[in-house]
Amino acid sequence: MKKSRQLKGWLLVLIWSAIIAAIIAAPSVLPVFRLNLLGRYLSLAIVALGVDLIWGFAGLLSLGQGIFFALGGYCAAMYLQLNSSANLPNGIPEFFSLYGIQKLPFFWEPFKSPLFALIAIWLIPAIVAGLLGFLVFRNRIKGVYFSILTQAALLVFFNFFNGQQKLINGTNGLKTDVTQLLGQMVGSDLVQRWFFWLTAVLVLLTWLFARWIVRDRFGNILIGIRDDEPRVRFTGYNPTLFKTIVFSIAGGLAGISGALYTVQSGIVSPQFMTVPFSIEMVIWVAVGGRGTLLGAILGAVTINYAKSLVSEALPASWMFIQGGLFILVVTALPEGVLGWVQSDGPRNLLTRLGIPRPLSTYPSLEADGDKEVKP
Amino acid sequence: MKVPLLELRHISVSFEGFLALNNLNLSLQAGELRAVIGPNGAGKTTFLDVITGKVKPTSGDVIFKNCSLVGKREHQIARLGIGRKFQSPRVFESLTVFENLTLAVSKPKRPLPLLFDNNNQSKNLDQIHHLMNIVNLQTRKDIYAGSLSHGQKQWLEIAMLVGQDPDLLLVDEPVAGLTDEETELTADLLRSLTGDHTILVIDHDMEFIRRLNNPITVLHQGSVLCEGPMSQIQTDPRVVEVYLGRPEELEK
Repeated sequence: MKKSRQLKGWLLVLIWSAIIAAIIAAPSVLPVFRLNLLGRYLSLAIVALGVDLIWGFAGLLSLGQGIFFALGGYCAAMYLQLNSSANLPNGIPEFFSLYGIQKLPFFWEPFKSPLFALIAIWLIPAIVAGLLGFLVFRNRIKGVYFSILTQAALLVFFNFFNGQQKLINGTNGLKTDVTQLLGQMVGSDLVQRWFFWLTAVLVLLTWLFARWIVRDRFGNILIGIRDDEPRVRFTGYNPTLFKTIVFSIAGGLAGISGALYTVQSGIVSPQFMTVPFSIEMVIWVAVGGRGTLLGAILGAVTINYAKSLVSEALPASWMFIQGGLFILVVTALPEGVLGWVQSDGPRNLLTRLGIPRPLSTYPSLEADGDKEVKP
Repeated sequence: MKVPLLELRHISVSFEGFLALNNLNLSLQAGELRAVIGPNGAGKTTFLDVITGKVKPTSGDVIFKNCSLVGKREHQIARLGIGRKFQSPRVFESLTVFENLTLAVSKPKRPLPLLFDNNNQSKNLDQIHHLMNIVNLQTRKDIYAGSLSHGQKQWLEIAMLVGQDPDLLLVDEPVAGLTDEETELTADLLRSLTGDHTILVIDHDMEFIRRLNNPITVLHQGSVLCEGPMSQIQTDPRVVEVYLGRPEELEK
């Protein structure tokens, strides 16, 4: 089999042109409600890119990306809440008075600074992911044990955030839609439109960043870790560091994604850390095509958009469709839709339907070498 | 006498009471090609595991270039200059032949320098092409290593090992599953590498070992039974008893 991991150039250009055209057309075509949904789903593409980096390349199936997603969301919401509570009693967010808190908890203080908040949105999740990852990877915990551990960590964070009314409003979460940003209401059409554009640009930048990471040997080592980790060690690389770094990057991306999702849905709450949501992230990538990067974006956006359309038309049927989709991918398209396209899937299907493939493979194999090779 | 490149001193490894290696002593001079043979369960692979850091010895010390390897981790030992080829070929199957070799050849081994390293590709290219030529894989450059034949995988792994440019190559059963012709070529390849590299080969294949034409160490029950050239080994009564079988059987 010839190397075909990267999408063919023209296909890549075609898909990106379609995505960019759709994004540019969206604000004038879609009603505000739909545009807002599209923006939210685009922001989920960023967390999906992170999942693709750790799972599609390094083989780390994390079921706890919701932790980092929610952390990013909370960082954004805390800044927005503080930014709009200057005129409130004590100058602290309203919900504190419900629990009789007079003074801002210490960890809220730095979030008064917009710069700090902007950095914290990705840096805090990245640090948490890096620490968690380092401890797990250093002890050589792999495979299904890693997955269970991340899910357990997710539950710990979920329960902690749920129970801390006095610190972060517990299960009610932090609302952002009635807060102020640059003198505008965050929930207003104008600001939502800003966020839509911001999200679209960040998705593109994140994709470029992820491509840059895997472009060369770094990406190949991640694949090597997935295939045969001890072999990577004996080649002189330390897999623990590589895994920690990529897991930390995925955590940072999840944070950015969570922040964008929060400001466009108007609230962050511990619901972002439920088990099904983190599993759904994995499904988007599996359906789109793991290890393809672009597949993660397409998977996240189309599945979520389909989810909202289907749920409006046929309430309660979405779970069956999603389950069916997952079964389809696992049984028929193990490489996902985009993985199927780039691994010659459409050609094979045509062959199966009786349309023969043009016979070019073998002679071209001969043509690029001098003569037949002895092993 | 020169200081040996590698020296194992009184190495014992115990797996829950079972002594896989028992007071093993061995030393290798720089530039030497040494074959290690022994019946199944003699501790041949464990002995490589100890050198490469996969298994910690229960007692004893491993000295490489005047520096103890005990307690060091696998990637650190690899960076010190010890390369290992595994018993069954282990290459990165979802990477192409070329990509496999770039990973072996790459000088930066730490994540961040690697991520920002753009420019020494061209320098490595010559070396990679040279390696592909040695093992005759140049026309398979962009083919996934997983689609190679067994013999080609063995050779790719040897090429990766050489590409790492280690001072000491540990080669575990390089000719398992190869045809006679491939076996001969592999023996010639290993012999051509001696001098610049120190090589330790583990194998069962007596024809292959004979072709290497070099000193042999026989392991038995976790310790060295005897050492010497092929002619001496073949006639040693202890070796005949534990490993080679009775003379008439050998002549068949």
